[in-house]
Amino acid sequence: MSAGMNDLKKQTRSGSHRPLLEVRNLKKYFPIHKGMMRKVVNHVRAVDDVSFFVREGETLGLVGESGCGKTTVSRCILRAFHPTSGEILFREADDQITDLSPLDRAALRRFRPQMQMIFQDPFGSLNPRMTIFEIISEPLYVNGLRSRADRTDQAAELLKLVGLRPEFMQRYPHAFSGGQRQRIGIARALALHPRLVVADEPVSALDVSVQAQVLNLMLDLQEKLNLTYLFVAHDLSVVKHISDRVCVMYVGKVVEMAATKELFEAPRHPYTAALMMAVPVPDPDQRHIIQDLPGEVASPANPPSGCYFHPRCAFAAEVCRTQTPQLREISPDHFVSCHRAEELQLAGIDENKERQ
Amino acid sequence: MPSSIKPVTQPSASSLSQEPLLRVEDLKAYFFMDEGTVRAVDGVSFDVFPGKVVGIVGESGCGKSVTMKAILQILEPSAKIISGKVTLRSRFNSLDPDSPEELVELTGLHPDSRKIRKIRGSEIALIPQEPMAAFSPVYTVGNHIIETILLHQDVSKQEARQIAIDVFRSVGISMPEQRIDSYSWELSGGLRQRAIIAMALSCNPRLLIADEPTTAIDVTTQAQILKLLRKLQEERQTSIIFITHDLGVIAQMADEVVVMYLGMVMEKGPVHTIFKDAKHPYTQALLRSIPSVQSTPRLKLPTIAGSIAHPFNRPAGCPFHPRCKHFMRGVCDASQPALAPIAEGHFVSCFLYSSESMSPVATGRQAVPATENNP
Ligand SMILES: Nc1ncnc2c1ncn2[C@@H]1O[C@H](COP(=O)(O)OP(=O)(O)OP(=O)(O)O)[C@@H](O)[C@H]1O
Ligand SMILES: Nc1ncnc2c1ncn2[C@@H]1O[C@H](COP(=O)(O)OP(=O)(O)OP(=O)(O)O)[C@@H](O)[C@H]1O
Ligand code: SF4
Ligand code: SF4
Ligand SMILES: [Mg+2]
Ligand SMILES: [Mg+2]
Repeated sequence: MSAGMNDLKKQTRSGSHRPLLEVRNLKKYFPIHKGMMRKVVNHVRAVDDVSFFVREGETLGLVGESGCGKTTVSRCILRAFHPTSGEILFREADDQITDLSPLDRAALRRFRPQMQMIFQDPFGSLNPRMTIFEIISEPLYVNGLRSRADRTDQAAELLKLVGLRPEFMQRYPHAFSGGQRQRIGIARALALHPRLVVADEPVSALDVSVQAQVLNLMLDLQEKLNLTYLFVAHDLSVVKHISDRVCVMYVGKVVEMAATKELFEAPRHPYTAALMMAVPVPDPDQRHIIQDLPGEVASPANPPSGCYFHPRCAFAAEVCRTQTPQLREISPDHFVSCHRAEELQLAGIDENKERQ
Repeated sequence: MPSSIKPVTQPSASSLSQEPLLRVEDLKAYFFMDEGTVRAVDGVSFDVFPGKVVGIVGESGCGKSVTMKAILQILEPSAKIISGKVTLRSRFNSLDPDSPEELVELTGLHPDSRKIRKIRGSEIALIPQEPMAAFSPVYTVGNHIIETILLHQDVSKQEARQIAIDVFRSVGISMPEQRIDSYSWELSGGLRQRAIIAMALSCNPRLLIADEPTTAIDVTTQAQILKLLRKLQEERQTSIIFITHDLGVIAQMADEVVVMYLGMVMEKGPVHTIFKDAKHPYTQALLRSIPSVQSTPRLKLPTIAGSIAHPFNRPAGCPFHPRCKHFMRGVCDASQPALAPIAEGHFVSCFLYSSESMSPVATGRQAVPATENNP
């Protein structure tokens, strides 16, 4: 259990900035088969007891290195995966809170329009044989908007919203650049007025000069439409740029979650601190900043005992080898899972040593 | 016993160290295809000095990899070097630190000639952009490295194996005696990248071309690899051409920076000049548009309008003009600015600083000045 995690129901009473989504003790294990009989010999603990929440209207950045389970968490939330265990609590507009984790297809139908996904690959995620109009208006049609004129109007609105010209509607995806395709993907995701948008690495495949355009667009749309984002990425600079709060994962677990500025300036988990020190800063005067963290990311099929980070941690003590640290609220709204969080003095990243 | 990992001591009173190791002059390499001609590399010039790291930065498709393939003469058959000159100061014996040198014009060599094949690997080694392409899945990583060593050095198979193990150890691979017998797909991303670096270093090259060596790997592994490359460069005085689209990595690694856009050099200069005093509108805009871990969360970033032109559809005149805030009609779209010096070692290709142009272009396509919200 994540002792100290803000309780969704309690938050309801306190009013503003209530969680829209709360994930509790989520686990997703994938079986590893072996041999002719496809016997299950082990499990990949892709998501291993993850808890976090996303408040209405905010962006929670979910960050971590490759294979730490970010995509699996997102897919569980959108119920593309059936979680092994845990709760996925979602608040609807009328304040009713539902656990999505046990629901079947039929029961999930009501929630589908409320949660949408933006994908990483702007090239693979759009059907090349559909026009932009068809791509964007498909969700409208599926949800009962049968009049073509109405759908055309709405598609035009959506295109304008994401900064594309409605005249382009009859073109096919190949006629658009990566950044434009990502805008199309965003327009499609917004067609049904979702309340939660899960964006899995939405700018990772884009050119650097185009990344900023898409990030700015997402910030604009959030303001205009009061959207809530779960923004998944491995790039700490991008995550810092877009997020109100950040949740850091390591080998299927949440190691730290806090307000963006606080997390970057005063990390409390040794992994978070190491991750920040490893980011190459675009300033040749700060070359000392690259530090290396020894060793390799542990395998989620065969994680170490105790704290999963202990084989690489400079501060590991005996207790770290034997006991799994729990995620706890170490100061208001700052969650850490480290046995030694209180006593450690970790360096963060100074803000505003900015380029001119 | 010949060892490939002898540190190269600089010939003491050598005035040669002031001379570039590699000089690339106005290099052009085009792809000729049914749909049209891709001017992938369209007049690139830069120097690599001994023991220095030249960072080449630019967005996807700007011609970074093709430039390197052209230098090494390993272009695909559909590509041709149209013009330009690549000169290398080549040692007669790459294992002898005091070896006499000769100037070799790489562009004048046949791609299959003995000479260029000898230079590839022993003088210039490439860390290719696709790490999986470096190793065949049916041979162990040791097989690959031993084969490379046997190709370039006069040693026995047993000695080659020992050299390979030593290089593995020098790039920080633990248990090198065992790891050398693994297949590339058995190694983690970080170990595989180290193995590729080991293979590149196995014949003691003086120039290492690292094409996006850390793009596919995680940030903590990236930090390890960057540190390793810097250590090797310092210990062996190896020159490195470091290619990336990550400006953070460039700032950490490079001595000199070359900024490319659509096959051309927009600006080049010392790393401090580029990051603190960039002059070209593209460099300036690029630096402003990247999010940094040091910037304030949730502030809008200044963006570059539009997107990179399709390679078949290159704008006339300055390649950046359809996106440039300082676009001057009738000037920037009429001819292409030359790469001109504006300070010691600092070159910019932009009409804001010099009226010198390359070759006049007959028909300039009309372009509207870019605005911030122009999709
Ligand atoms: N369908 C699956 N079957 C088996 N294992 C899986 C499956 N999907 C993911 N995994 C494993 O679960 C772990 C978490 O994967 P996931 O894709 O969620 O990571 P991620 O954080 O999104 O990584 P990346 O940054 O590379 O996208 C990995 O070890 C992965 O190999
Ligand atoms: N084999 C090929 N056939 C045709 N065009 C090619 C080929 N290889 C590269 N090109 C084109 O040449 C241009 C330069 O490509 P190059 O691979 O050098 O880019 P790059 O700067 O290395 O990009 P990236 O950062 O994506 O690796 C691109 O427009 C590309 O589409
Ligand atoms: S619990 Fe121990 S090993 Fe884990 S991060 Fe904290 S100090 Fe390091
Ligand atoms: S030459 Fe003109 S269009 Fe090109 S960068 Fe300079 S000002 Fe901009
Ligand atoms: Mg993922
Ligand atoms: Mg490339």
